[in-house]
Amino acid sequence: MSAADRIARALFGFYMAAFFVYLFAPLAIMGIATFNTSRFPTVTPWQGTTLKWFQELSTDTGMWQSLWTSVVVAFCVVVVALPIGTAAALVLTSLHSRARSFLYAVMVSPLLTPGVVIGIATLVLWRQLGIGGGVMLIVIAQASFIICYVMLMVTARLQRFDPTQEEAALGLGASKFMVFRRVLLPFLKPALIAAGFLAVLQSIENYNTTLFVRGFDTPLTVYIATKVRTGLTPAVNALALIMIVITIAGAVAYEFARRRQAARLGAG
Amino acid sequence: MAELYRRFGGGLGTLFLALVGAWLAGMVLAPNVMMIDYALRPNLPPSQIGGPSDVYSLDNILYLANEGVHRAIFFKTVWASALVALVTFLVCYPLAFWLAQHATPNQAAVVLLGLTIPFWINEVLRTLAWYILLAFRGPLNAFLLSLGIIDEPVRWYGDGGVLAGMAYAYILFMLFPIYNSIESLDKSQIEAARDLGASTWRIHWRVVIPHAKAGIATGCVFTFMLAAGSYVAPALLGAPGSRWFTEIIYNWFFEGGDWNRGAAYALVLLVLCLAVVLVTLRLARVSLTEVAK
Repeated sequence: MSAADRIARALFGFYMAAFFVYLFAPLAIMGIATFNTSRFPTVTPWQGTTLKWFQELSTDTGMWQSLWTSVVVAFCVVVVALPIGTAAALVLTSLHSRARSFLYAVMVSPLLTPGVVIGIATLVLWRQLGIGGGVMLIVIAQASFIICYVMLMVTARLQRFDPTQEEAALGLGASKFMVFRRVLLPFLKPALIAAGFLAVLQSIENYNTTLFVRGFDTPLTVYIATKVRTGLTPAVNALALIMIVITIAGAVAYEFARRRQAARLGAG
Repeated sequence: MAELYRRFGGGLGTLFLALVGAWLAGMVLAPNVMMIDYALRPNLPPSQIGGPSDVYSLDNILYLANEGVHRAIFFKTVWASALVALVTFLVCYPLAFWLAQHATPNQAAVVLLGLTIPFWINEVLRTLAWYILLAFRGPLNAFLLSLGIIDEPVRWYGDGGVLAGMAYAYILFMLFPIYNSIESLDKSQIEAARDLGASTWRIHWRVVIPHAKAGIATGCVFTFMLAAGSYVAPALLGAPGSRWFTEIIYNWFFEGGDWNRGAAYALVLLVLCLAVVLVTLRLARVSLTEVAK
């Protein structure tokens, strides 16, 4: 190996290390600050180790209320987005060339629209109809772009569908509805589960759209952002830490499952 | 359409069309049309709505053009969002290249999974992490002071903080499209270029980047749009002197009480983003079908 190669390798190693520090240091500091006695969440100076912020989190009724609001919204978004997204994918795949590219462009346009604009447009339309901000508008505004993700995921799965399965079922006397329910839907199930999962995450994490249509309801992201203005305490960090731990546990479990499956496929 | 009905029958076919129609007409088209309607009307007391002064005009948009402070904030938001896209690209490109061309499948899986961890946690908490890190008496200043790199604490909140927070928040939207597009590049092309004596820079400039153009354009478009439309990063990490265009829009709605002007500003933001998307994709010769993958 030449000297130049060695320098390049060292530089790349340094870059990788810096990248992961950049990615994880902010989260680590946010997590560690949970255990600091200091009223403002920080790690410098360390004023003493405590678990009291977890206790404060458990008694923060506003936080639990807002979490509940977010869960209700996420549930409704899934109920709205899964059927519409699936229908959109089916309509799209039944079209050809020109009409298809046009409809596709229309369908992905909400993804290319800034979140605040989606919130504002939804707000002004429904005010005209006499309905103000609140859980219902949050659901409608969030669903309008989360449907795109569902549509994309279902479309991707549909491309691997073998239409002879449908023909066989029809040939054996099944009605068109039965074919849809017993052949196509089961085939789409993995994509629907993944899309539902993504929809929940997208809904709970959304802030930019939600902010404009929330009315007097306060979902979790809005509550946390307001806390920053009105008196942030490490109780918020305790919540963040819990979410980080759950995420990492989920990621590790996923990786183990993936490797086990890969090993099984390799052996078989 | 005919194929839809042939495949699913009248009942299901109609249901699917109705659902899609409700979405595209009721949740996408109608809200945007109403926003344009708001943007073009004056802000009037309820008694005068529908009266002689309730006419369409470009006044609300011209107001933005003539109001120096808002105009300056608008242009700053545009170039700062472009800067976010550029910084994010520079940070991501080497990693995307390594992941796509050099990493073993297991390495790639672990790194990609690690990358997604910060993104399962919501955007507000990600930004909050930076808020804590960049505080005046916070860890970053303490760290730099202890190394002697700075003599006194730096006020990071402001343009620098917003830039850092945004680049952090949207990094995956850049990384994944670039990674996907570099992955489809055949290794032998890089080897051929090397055997013919091309330097590393030249290989990237003439072989890898042209091949990954679609992915790069997609990543830039998404990052730009997300940055320009972001509210949380400027609200938390900004300073009074570093206001973002979305904050002005928010103020028209919830503090200034002039929804018409707010809608006009939002319309300008939307048109800007669509223009950037279409021009970038045209320049990179990418079709919209390749974008959302």
